[in-house]
Amino acid sequence: MRDKSGVEKISKLASLPLSEKEISLFGNQLSKIVGFVAALNRLDTNTVSPTYQVAGKVNEFREDKPSGGLSSKEALSNSPRTIGKYIVTKGVFNVK
Amino acid sequence: MLNSFLTIKDILAGYKRREFSSKEVFDLCYKNISKSEGRIGAFVTLLDREGLKLSRNSIPVGHKDIFSTKNIETTASSNILKGYKPPYDASTVKRLSDKNFVCIGKLNCDAFAHGATGENSDMKVTKNPYDLTRTPGGSSCGPAAAVASGFVLMATATDTGGSIRLPSSFTNTVGIKPTYGRVSRYGVIAMTSSTDSIGHITRTVWDNAYVLGITAGFDPKDATSSHREVDDYLDTIEQGILGLKVGVPREYLENIPANIKDRFYESIKLLEGLGAKVVDVSLPSTKYAINAYYIITPSEISSNLARFDGIRFGGTRNKFGGEAKRRIMMGTFSLSAGYYDEYYLKAQKARTLIIEDFKNAFEKVDVLVTPVSPILPPKLNSIIKDTLKTYMMDVLTVPVSIAGVPSLSVPGGFIDDEGKKLPFGIQLIGNYFNEKLLYRIGYALEQETRYYETTPAI
Repeated sequence: MRDKSGVEKISKLASLPLSEKEISLFGNQLSKIVGFVAALNRLDTNTVSPTYQVAGKVNEFREDKPSGGLSSKEALSNSPRTIGKYIVTKGVFNVK
Repeated sequence: MLNSFLTIKDILAGYKRREFSSKEVFDLCYKNISKSEGRIGAFVTLLDREGLKLSRNSIPVGHKDIFSTKNIETTASSNILKGYKPPYDASTVKRLSDKNFVCIGKLNCDAFAHGATGENSDMKVTKNPYDLTRTPGGSSCGPAAAVASGFVLMATATDTGGSIRLPSSFTNTVGIKPTYGRVSRYGVIAMTSSTDSIGHITRTVWDNAYVLGITAGFDPKDATSSHREVDDYLDTIEQGILGLKVGVPREYLENIPANIKDRFYESIKLLEGLGAKVVDVSLPSTKYAINAYYIITPSEISSNLARFDGIRFGGTRNKFGGEAKRRIMMGTFSLSAGYYDEYYLKAQKARTLIIEDFKNAFEKVDVLVTPVSPILPPKLNSIIKDTLKTYMMDVLTVPVSIAGVPSLSVPGGFIDDEGKKLPFGIQLIGNYFNEKLLYRIGYALEQETRYYETTPAI
């Protein structure tokens, strides 16, 4: 990712449009950050398991009981484009 | 007669004795705001005084702009959420409003809480009330500045890697980062789901403990919140600290400048004087926490910020600020095929070792004590230009976040710098769910030092 095409690939994966200026700036800064976090390689973790949940919780279940939620009017209140009770999305199959 | 700088404890007693009314308390806060907010810049949204519905026992509170507040604009101080009005309240907001806390406004922060100085906010720059040329710390710059300036009696905030403790340290206030899962995250705009902790900032330790008693507890809307019973944080607060074992982790003091170190050891002496036994301890893996943090955090951010697509709410992705873009890029990289094992998985293994360090330490001592910040509050527009230097401001606070243990920042006094008296904080770190002990120790220190009585000249 240190070069321009590497940064462009990540920006595409992240669906994050970047300007030419940002691409060169981030290429430089991200290389430094990657170098910084790589210090972790000094830590021997060969026999260590990863921890994803610090409180040790595994599953959390709740009763399957209907309860009140938002009205569709409330749920749609911040959508930029709606038709009736629907949100207008970008096309999926018509985008090259 | 009402003092300009109130505490929750004072006004609860005053209301009970009918010495003054909630109207007088709110008038005073709004008077402080109209006098100094122009210079401080803590609020991104300030509600109209006349529109507030007060009861006899109302307490003024400000929420960090990252908490969803029903029908009140919530932007996370980012342009991408400009105009967004959530149709519901965060669970913490709801719990507080049920206990007489009335929201008077939303407080500034680094956009999406990414930062250590507040300067990544897309909205405004918040100033430190103790020196207007310096940062109040971040990401909760607005909450800390508002409490220190007497605009509110308490402010909610979030701490993912130090975002409550650092600004508390820089503003002579008290900030709690509770155990991960102690307070519901529901309705708080997510940053790093595995370390995000919901806490608050107050002027005194008693006030802080009082508020945690309200916000803590299981919430069916947050599957990561804990079922564990909530302690009474106030019943032993005055018990003192005789016989407690206080650990000073030597790795935390390795690169601390002499002026901070000297004042820090004054607090350690004070704890000894109060009957605590001070023990030298070592947490060898914690120095890797900062490296692990800056892998885990951007990774989870890139996932959490994926929901901002400009379709259901908010603007399009080009409206993200520089730091959010940087973290999305870094996180997408470290989660991408071929790099996952090398970065994210490696960091999660480091997390296991960091947790073990804390567990071992808490077999020997009751509490760990460290400085909160390795530096004094920086001048505005100085450190922010250097991304890695800004990241290093969190070096003493991220091990706690990675492990998920609780930590309380309490005032440690003032250090003279360029003719100004700058606050700095002491970090009390406890074992999982032992916030109660942190409050007891913090209270004992506070009763001796009474630093909270030194208010800013604004």
